[in-house]
Amino acid sequence: MSNNGTQETIEIFVDGVSVQVPPGINAIEAAKIAGKEIPHYCYHPKLSVVGNCRMCLMECGNPMRDRETGDPVLEEDGSQKIGWFPKPVIGCSTNVGPGMHIKTESEKIEDCREGVMEFLLVNHPLDCPICDQAGECTLQEYAMDYGRGYSRYEERKNVKPKRTRLGPRVTLDDERCVLCSRCIRFGQEIADKDVLGFIERGSFSTLTCYPGPELDHNYSLNTVDICPVGALTSTDFRFKMRVWFLKETASICTESSIGTNTLVWSREGKVHRITPRRNDDVNDTWMTDSGRQLFHQVEADTRLKSFRIESASADATSAAKAAANQLFTGKAAIVASTHQSVEELFLTRKIAEALGAKAHFVRHLSEGDGLLLSEDRTPNTRGALLTGITGELPAENLSALAKQIDAGEVDTLLAIHEDLTESGLTSAHLDKVKLIYLGTQENATSQAANILLPGLTVFEKNGSFVNLNFRLQKFHQAVPGPAGLLPDVLLLGQVLGNLPGQANPGSLNAAWEALANEIPAFEGLAYASIPPVGTQLDGSAFSKLAFPETKSLKFNPAAEKEEAAPANAG
Amino acid sequence: MPEEKRIILKYADEPGYTRDIDCYLKHGGYEILKKAVKMEPDTIHKEVMDSGIRGRGGAGFPTGLKWKFLDRKSGKPIYLICNADESEPGTFKDKQVIYKDPHQLIEGMMISAFCIKAKQAFIYIRGEFFEGAKILEEAIEEARAKNFLGDNILGSGYSCDLVVHRGAGAYICGEETGLIESLEGKRPYPRIKPPYFPAVLGVYQCPTIVNNVETLCNVKHILDMGGAEYAKIGVPNNTGTRIWCVSGHVQKPGYYEFPCGKITMGEMINDVCGGLFPGRTLKAIIPGGSSAKVLRADERFQGKLKDGTEFDWSIWDIPLDFDSPMACGSMSGSGGIMVMDDTTDIVQALSNLNAFYAHESCGQCTPCREGVQWMRKVTKRMCNGDSREGDADLLLSIANQIEGRTVCAFGEAAAWPVQSFVKKFKDDFEAYSKKPVVSSECGDNQLV
Repeated sequence: MSNNGTQETIEIFVDGVSVQVPPGINAIEAAKIAGKEIPHYCYHPKLSVVGNCRMCLMECGNPMRDRETGDPVLEEDGSQKIGWFPKPVIGCSTNVGPGMHIKTESEKIEDCREGVMEFLLVNHPLDCPICDQAGECTLQEYAMDYGRGYSRYEERKNVKPKRTRLGPRVTLDDERCVLCSRCIRFGQEIADKDVLGFIERGSFSTLTCYPGPELDHNYSLNTVDICPVGALTSTDFRFKMRVWFLKETASICTESSIGTNTLVWSREGKVHRITPRRNDDVNDTWMTDSGRQLFHQVEADTRLKSFRIESASADATSAAKAAANQLFTGKAAIVASTHQSVEELFLTRKIAEALGAKAHFVRHLSEGDGLLLSEDRTPNTRGALLTGITGELPAENLSALAKQIDAGEVDTLLAIHEDLTESGLTSAHLDKVKLIYLGTQENATSQAANILLPGLTVFEKNGSFVNLNFRLQKFHQAVPGPAGLLPDVLLLGQVLGNLPGQANPGSLNAAWEALANEIPAFEGLAYASIPPVGTQLDGSAFSKLAFPETKSLKFNPAAEKEEAAPANAG
Repeated sequence: MPEEKRIILKYADEPGYTRDIDCYLKHGGYEILKKAVKMEPDTIHKEVMDSGIRGRGGAGFPTGLKWKFLDRKSGKPIYLICNADESEPGTFKDKQVIYKDPHQLIEGMMISAFCIKAKQAFIYIRGEFFEGAKILEEAIEEARAKNFLGDNILGSGYSCDLVVHRGAGAYICGEETGLIESLEGKRPYPRIKPPYFPAVLGVYQCPTIVNNVETLCNVKHILDMGGAEYAKIGVPNNTGTRIWCVSGHVQKPGYYEFPCGKITMGEMINDVCGGLFPGRTLKAIIPGGSSAKVLRADERFQGKLKDGTEFDWSIWDIPLDFDSPMACGSMSGSGGIMVMDDTTDIVQALSNLNAFYAHESCGQCTPCREGVQWMRKVTKRMCNGDSREGDADLLLSIANQIEGRTVCAFGEAAAWPVQSFVKKFKDDFEAYSKKPVVSSECGDNQLV
């Protein structure tokens, strides 16, 4: 689909410059390849083309041929004559063909853009100072780039509803709406929940929800993302923060094994919102509403913030040392988690191997939605398999471990990011063991822990996950964690380093070096070299496992099985 | 005085002629359909091509050619739609056929459907013609009972049903792709062309032909007299008769059917329509429905016709056909001739038109949606006694920003009146700004 070097291309000319582009793409995308911008509002690469904003008007022409003979018609200088269309055409619905000429800059085009900009603004409230979209608003951007800079409009502006509650998370300001219909098309074509539409007509056209239903599906906030102006706003984010103060950090959504690419928007150590980041192999340009809420865990009241040894406050170094001693002296088992990152799981595996302990995993399944929420509600099950810490899928619960504890075969437990009481162990079981807990939130397990190692959330550390398509993707630290805490990978490194004969890698990059050396699937990779959109790993070794995920946006297990079937037969 | 030649309206106003099927059959009705279903569709198509008939809806596109563009390779069903959404201000010709002689339309449609091998035919009728819709539905029932439509028409093995679909009162549904969207049950947002040419991707994304009522009626008569014979009516490239609807400041407004090009504007207004009211002089004429560019009474029209002959006409000399009004910078459009005498306040007239277009803009694409409403606000303000210097230039500039940049032809339809009014009557507009008048005579331009 993408980065396919062998794909055929055609030659077109953008403002007279020859460019090679894939055949059949539209002029907006073709111009983008040529490094030229054709401004647009209604066109969205992942939605159908309606051509209603008229901002992408451009000039277009094809090399002329004689109608009778088919011979090229030549100019006086011998070059082929270009038959320019008499009227400007819209770039979004003009698909390029061989030899096509596109003009993105001319007096005529300038006039068209000035006209459309002026028209879009005549009834616009121009309330940028109080508008959440300010700073990331295409009306502002194009008005600066392509507008006249002044208004000739002296009449009264149309009045429309200013704050319509479309659903629990989306608020609509109709006066700002440019009627591009992106949100309507999103509902019809992607979310399959057709609840938005226009009422009235002409200049009084108004976006609204059908009577009765609400815009309450789990993808409603995508309409806010794709709204090119400040009409659709996130009720949660509304009036809270100016976007130009926010820092963007590339991250990965941990909601499920889809591994949606995200941007985390933060300021002064506080996360303010999460938006999707385009990745055509994973999530296109979408994400769930529920995934956007996950940052609230960062500031939860139940957050674990200090190291403790037997209820006494400790520092990271001594806590890690105590944990290592405890594990080494006891009959240890580990409950690791597919919430952990690849490198954390790798170090956990090292710890398990050094102790001769088994690493248990518990599964977290729920209903998938066929789009961007898969059945496996952890981000890194494939990562656990690839690191070799386990060869099987996470178990339904910890009953096997419970039996071992009852039988006295296990008397020391390292639990990482899993509340054991939720997974089949009782508090009686926890009383029977020396418990070391690494986690971010207070729960029954943390309360029962003898040694408490507070961890960091995905927003506070660097790392990587492997999604359901065996795509390795990395996330970055957006905000600093609570004072004194260490990233899990360093903490686990310290525990490992305190075990006899083991060395603490000391950094994420060093952990990656070991990972790449020891595990063939990661060979040749380094944390820094993982591309921003991730890289595909070979998961064929696990094709026999019965993964719980069913079809979703970019995942089709049935098709993969079909592909695999002949190979198996052979 | 040129004689009316009534083909379409031959019986419509004849005393004693009723719209039921018995009366129609008595007058030779459905004989042509009986003949048609025994012919090869291609032969019928050839007759239509030979007749040179051009669409009567407004654009004047050759009907035979339109049918030729049908995508027959896709294997999808073909649909025929009769555009009976007659909403162009100043036009009231299709209404006569629908109300007085519905079976003529049905016969014309079934012949056309047979010719293009349509699987299903629709009549999309203007929402305000509720009586007309009832009449058509009754007529369809009568025709179905006699097997002129429905299954196995007249034993020919060809089946095609015909249904009436009422619009909901929107001018834009006269635009064929808007009509198609409306017929599909959606908002009548015209589609972008390319790729949605009805002959390829029409209703339900299937090849579709959309023709005007008068055009489809003509098909019957073309087959009756033969394409070549039909082509002899009128003048070359402007064949057949046309129904002209004259309204405004004339003594006898109404609809008149004449061979194309055989009557001039002067003859039409002064002879046929009894001239202007006593003591009045002509100010302007809109020759083809409100979208057509206005012609000023004292203009001279000079230039070259397509066949090379030079012309030098006053407004009275313009032949009423397709090409001549176009040569004069306007169009014959839907055939709605609107006459304005010297009592007309040209700014108020434009204000009225702007109110109409602002009310009827569908709101899909930006230039039309915002620009037309803006023009309406400006002319309304002028009429309300708050005219400003530069208003005329502003109006012209807005209109220029709309024309040619919209999804459908509504942009032109709304821009042309403004462009022509302002350019040709600049004095009237400037007089407004120089001498602010507070007028209470805003008339009916408060549509929105």
